Amino acid sequence: MILDYSSSFHYVLALLPEVVLSCWGMLVLIMGVARRREPGHGQELGWMSLAGLGLAAVANGWLYWGVSEAGAAAMIAVDRFRLFANWVFILGAALSIVISLSYVTRQKLQAGEYYSLILFATIGMMFMGAARDLMIIFLGLELMSIGVYALVGFNRRDRRSAEAGLKYFLLGAFATGFLLFGIALVYGGAGSTNIHSIAGAIQSGNAANVLMVPGVALLAIGFGFKVALVPFHMWTPDVYDGAPTPVTAFMAAAVKTAAFVAFLRVFVVGLAGVYDQWWTVLWSLAAITMVAGNVVAVAQSSVKRMLAYSSIAHGGYLAVAVIAANDTATAALLFYLLVYTVMNIGAFAIVITVSDQSESNHRIEDYAGFGWRRPALGVFMTVFLLSLAGFPGTAGFIAKYQLLLGAAEAQLWVLAVVLVLTTVVSYWYYLRVAWFMWMREGDETSEAVAAAADPPLATHVVLVLCVGLILLGGIFPGAVLDLAIGSAEGLRGVMAGATATLAP
Amino acid sequence: MLSHALLLSAVLFVIGTLGVIIRRNAIIIFLCIELQLNAVNLAFVALSRYTGIEGQLFVFFVMTVAAAEAAVGLAIIISIFRHYKTVDVDKFNLLKW
Repeated sequence: MILDYSSSFHYVLALLPEVVLSCWGMLVLIMGVARRREPGHGQELGWMSLAGLGLAAVANGWLYWGVSEAGAAAMIAVDRFRLFANWVFILGAALSIVISLSYVTRQKLQAGEYYSLILFATIGMMFMGAARDLMIIFLGLELMSIGVYALVGFNRRDRRSAEAGLKYFLLGAFATGFLLFGIALVYGGAGSTNIHSIAGAIQSGNAANVLMVPGVALLAIGFGFKVALVPFHMWTPDVYDGAPTPVTAFMAAAVKTAAFVAFLRVFVVGLAGVYDQWWTVLWSLAAITMVAGNVVAVAQSSVKRMLAYSSIAHGGYLAVAVIAANDTATAALLFYLLVYTVMNIGAFAIVITVSDQSESNHRIEDYAGFGWRRPALGVFMTVFLLSLAGFPGTAGFIAKYQLLLGAAEAQLWVLAVVLVLTTVVSYWYYLRVAWFMWMREGDETSEAVAAAADPPLATHVVLVLCVGLILLGGIFPGAVLDLAIGSAEGLRGVMAGATATLAP
Repeated sequence: MLSHALLLSAVLFVIGTLGVIIRRNAIIIFLCIELQLNAVNLAFVALSRYTGIEGQLFVFFVMTVAAAEAAVGLAIIISIFRHYKTVDVDKFNLLKW
């Protein structure tokens, strides 16, 4: 089927996953209010949200394989780049919901609001991935951010959660101000908010440089905050540390994915013509992020905080794909984001288990001897850590390798070397957790921790699924990688211009 | 005319930015962020005189979003006030900044 927007029904079809999920989110909210006094309603609402995500995934699959669009003028892109990203968002949200199921009950959170906020934030991410217009990017970003502000501060009984919520809200809104001013200046410079019209205006030399240069700089700052590039990362460790752990997993995986997808589309497609002006800036941001993120992660004593810094470091790796600005790097970005979602949420599922569905036992000493007392969980965690570190045989290795291929194609040799060297540094702090789990004798606290660690069946299913995907992606990456490469081709036409200016 | 309006918008934006950095009261910081957003609105309206209706449309979205953000933001500030009995951001030190 071809969408040409001759009838207004085509707009609904182009937005089918978003429409399905919006209706479902409101339904979950209403059910949450109607059934809030019944015991066990939290679990039901969680499963209901998962069903909605499943429907959205099916709708997305129909768009992926059954639909193509005529032209590229619409505000909403129906290209495979967007639809692949949608699957990553849906997967991230679904895994986060499953690992929330017992956490929400244990912490007595309001389940209806919690799950519907996750669904609404997911819709915002989908809009960010779909946007071909800066207006939609702004709206999607805010829909996502406002939902996540509330989720971070969701546990109102917990001081740390409230504090993290305030910090995330103030700095997030501050960053939005920069992004918005950047959008205004680019709009003034190029005369349009449509990404393709902006690219056209730049190519034909109609863009006013006096507005474009500060505009692009402000856009870079705004996106830098959202994807947590150093030096705009200072909110990340505090917010990831203080937020409820399933929310941290959701933020580290899905929110980062959404910000990167929009980042790539704006910079690589819309601002391809001024590549010479922005690539040096992003180059230095990516290099500093990789170095600082990995070095500071070494010094962390809390596993949750270590994973926060590790997510900053991964943001640095992913920024390399934006700078490389070619098909290989775009496919690598999509593949990396998928793999990162799976391995990161898997690691956080173990963190939730060890912390006994609450916010205690995040110290690395609490993991001492964990592997011998809980062999299955220990092996799972080790796989996640190895994959995060990019060990051969895991999907994390293939993802990093693809990123390096993209960087090499763009001849970003120094960045590639920094990526490899900082990866070596990252082995230290990932493997330190594994070393504590397997090589250290547990003391009384950590033995009690291991004895109490008994995740529900749903978490076990998620863990097995994540480990399976990581090993599958590490040993037989072909199918998923081909899907990512095929999805990146949606951006090819416009990107040809970008790679032409790139050659020295 | 356009340069005057853009200059005013930039000055307002910088005042907002400085306010966020210098002031320590969470509500004042939030007001400074609103000042930033309204500086952007001014720029959009001024630019849309020359580039078409999109800028004015954008302003409506920004105002709506700012209202939604205020609702969530003030709720977060109230929830932290209940714990600390203050809205001074320097007093919130469980997590290192």
